[in-house]
Amino acid sequence: MKNSVAFGQYCEGKSFLHKMDPRWKLVLAVFYIVVIFLCKNIFTFALVALSAIGLVALSEINPKIIIRSLKPLVMIICVTAIINIFWLKGETLLFSFGPISVYLEGIINAFLIVVRVILLVSVTTLMLTYTTTPIALTDGLEQLLAPLAKIKLPVHEFSMMMTIALRFIPTLLEETEKIMNAQRARGADFSTGSLKQRAKALVPILIPLFISAFRRAEELAIAMECRCYTGGEGRTRMNVLHSSYRDLVGLIVTVLLCLAVVLINKFAPGYRISM
Amino acid sequence: MKELIRAEHLSYAYPSDEDGVPAHQALKDVSFTINEGEFVAILGHNGSGKSTLAKLLCMVLEADEGSLYIGGKKMTGDSVSDEDIYSARRDVGMVFQNPDNQLVATIVEEDVAFGCENLGVPSEKIRKRVDYALATVGMTKYARHETHRLSGGQKQRIAIAGAIAMKRKCIIFDESTAMLDPAGRKEVMGTIARLNREENLTVIHITHYMNEATMADRVIVMSDGGIIMDGTPGEVFNRATELWDANLDVPQTTELLWKLKEAGYDVKTDIFDPCECAAEIVRVLKK
Amino acid sequence: MAEIQIKDLSYIYGKGTPYEMKALDNVNITFGDNMITGLIGHTGSGKSTLVHMLNGLLRPDSGQVILGGKDIWADPKKISSVRFRVGLVMQYPEYQLFDETVKKDIAFGPKNMGMKPEEIEKAVSEAVKFAGLRPELIEKSPFDLSGGQKRRAALAGVMAMKPEVLVLDEPAAGLDPGARREILSRIRDYQRESGTSVIIVSHSMEDMAMYCDRVVVMSHGTPVMEGTPAEVFSRADELFSVGLDVPEVTKVARALKECGVDIGLDIYTVKFALGRLLGGGEI
Repeated sequence: MKNSVAFGQYCEGKSFLHKMDPRWKLVLAVFYIVVIFLCKNIFTFALVALSAIGLVALSEINPKIIIRSLKPLVMIICVTAIINIFWLKGETLLFSFGPISVYLEGIINAFLIVVRVILLVSVTTLMLTYTTTPIALTDGLEQLLAPLAKIKLPVHEFSMMMTIALRFIPTLLEETEKIMNAQRARGADFSTGSLKQRAKALVPILIPLFISAFRRAEELAIAMECRCYTGGEGRTRMNVLHSSYRDLVGLIVTVLLCLAVVLINKFAPGYRISM
Repeated sequence: MKELIRAEHLSYAYPSDEDGVPAHQALKDVSFTINEGEFVAILGHNGSGKSTLAKLLCMVLEADEGSLYIGGKKMTGDSVSDEDIYSARRDVGMVFQNPDNQLVATIVEEDVAFGCENLGVPSEKIRKRVDYALATVGMTKYARHETHRLSGGQKQRIAIAGAIAMKRKCIIFDESTAMLDPAGRKEVMGTIARLNREENLTVIHITHYMNEATMADRVIVMSDGGIIMDGTPGEVFNRATELWDANLDVPQTTELLWKLKEAGYDVKTDIFDPCECAAEIVRVLKK
Repeated sequence: MAEIQIKDLSYIYGKGTPYEMKALDNVNITFGDNMITGLIGHTGSGKSTLVHMLNGLLRPDSGQVILGGKDIWADPKKISSVRFRVGLVMQYPEYQLFDETVKKDIAFGPKNMGMKPEEIEKAVSEAVKFAGLRPELIEKSPFDLSGGQKRRAALAGVMAMKPEVLVLDEPAAGLDPGARREILSRIRDYQRESGTSVIIVSHSMEDMAMYCDRVVVMSHGTPVMEGTPAEVFSRADELFSVGLDVPEVTKVARALKECGVDIGLDIYTVKFALGRLLGGGEI
């Protein structure tokens, strides 16, 4: 149960965003990131933030979940904000206290950078993890990279590895907890002592964990062989990815957004973000 | 009845490895025939060669000596082509002991589709087969669930569905119920028995649970790499002392009747159902 | 050597999350001194959670675990000493083996307890004997042992800590019938010789009937039945209603009663049934 909160970030749904083609979602997410970096002033940021709110509405996901996903970022956000507020020199001095001076530009810059980080994280998680299953994502990636297979890059193998890794992360986490409990029951102590002692205390966990992972890998290999797996060649897929009008709409909106950002950047006045 | 698997004098030894672990003769001169639609249980103590035999039948291992025929085609020797092996693997599949280590995909229906995808079945057909297979094992409701959150019994049913979707003729269950709780075991055994009855699926069920073996048409008992008994559950469990010697057990009903017989009562000993067992006891007591 | 008393114990998993689940609900049980108690219940009945409570791997939300008259959480800093007094053998314990030799692995617990080398030596050799491990195996790598031998080595690793209470979660899971009988009778002999209180968690009604002095039945986070195997298994209908089974031979006794031959419903082993049927004999 615990693990599901940390890893099963996919939120079941049938929204516009859920139904988009994962390949397009990947492409558009990259596009969107570029747009976010193109934003230079407060107007463009406002526009992109509005579009992000539109995305949340399209995903039909409870905004609380998205806000919660930003929690781990609080530290990073605070640190960047503080650095910007205290270090950036500008024209309008607000106040100074000994060696520290705070400028209005510093505050605006800090604000914009925080908005940028929040936009980056929320848009990518929204498009890629919350509304796309990991397997659809690896499928999408595999197909997008398919041309690279022509130059002998192991695209299928890579995506199969990703799939299996995703499948086994929760299993191995569970296993780790079991082994830790078993060794704790034999008096192992993982939380006190010097760094060296703690590192040593990990041995009774890591060795059984590795052995079990290898055993699983071996069994899985046999199971896959029994299920007639012989590599990517000649394989078909149950779920063929289809592009739909949704992806076209997505593309058009993103292109328009990009154009708008470029134009506003060029003609609108106001403070420009640095960094 | 059509023959599906025929083994003639199969032997297999695990080679010695560099660390000096000596070679281990896991199978010695094993012969039997299994027909289509049969439900065969294989019993044997740990290390009796059951799992090795299962791996030979799935062509994960190749026998050192003897011949193996699947669907009448010879699968051992130098003349076997890769195509023959693939086509045999298509017919005979395996469900393993640890339910976790055989599921490949994170989503139930994707995992059921895995085998069909490997066979190159067209997409629309896979969809149909997967839906059918999930319905057959009663897991339709779980099609979009994550595999790792299912119970052990459900995971094993998903593995069975994968084999059904591939239209396999035979599934070998290699101690597939060993890690399950009683409810999970019941659910898997129910599914196996139903598939055998309704879909004419050939079942080879390796187990340590004697009461599961009584559900089969035929029981093969292995000990130290060889077959020591082969017959109906009644015939096999009637030889209780030999089973105890082979580190095995008999169902409690058989044990009770057997002991009554030893005490001089003239009872039949090949009864597994508690009610029938009681009726038999009443019959002799009334005499 | 010590009894464990569970008083008003409750525990909720994932408190405050959408996955909140009451695992234990106001549990009151006493696991008696110097006997084997069997703990049965379907999956999700709370028995695994209870087992993790007994040696302080989980901390109760409310209620107490009292070992030898003292609440184990009276001083949370000393909880690791409770883990030495209540030995826990997990399910499939062979997967926790890690050291170079079987001997070193078995000595892991005693070493963590701070025993002196000669004490460790003694504890290890005693545990090896109790677990039925051949002495020549203990210098080998644990990974070179067979499945059954690994299980015994892991068992010895906990026995070597000389716990006052030994808790075993499905000690015979996955073993063949012969190995099953062997390991369970080893555990019984160990209990009889050392006087340790033993608690076995198992799904096998037949094993429980054969080896336990008392049986506790859990369902939906609380104990619903408690008594000797004869008392518990004679209430078959109640067991069925909480998703459990009774030994096959108990079913035969029930069927016999329906046929008009009443040998009692408190039958739970073949030996016992035979004794009643043939008159006199056992019990």
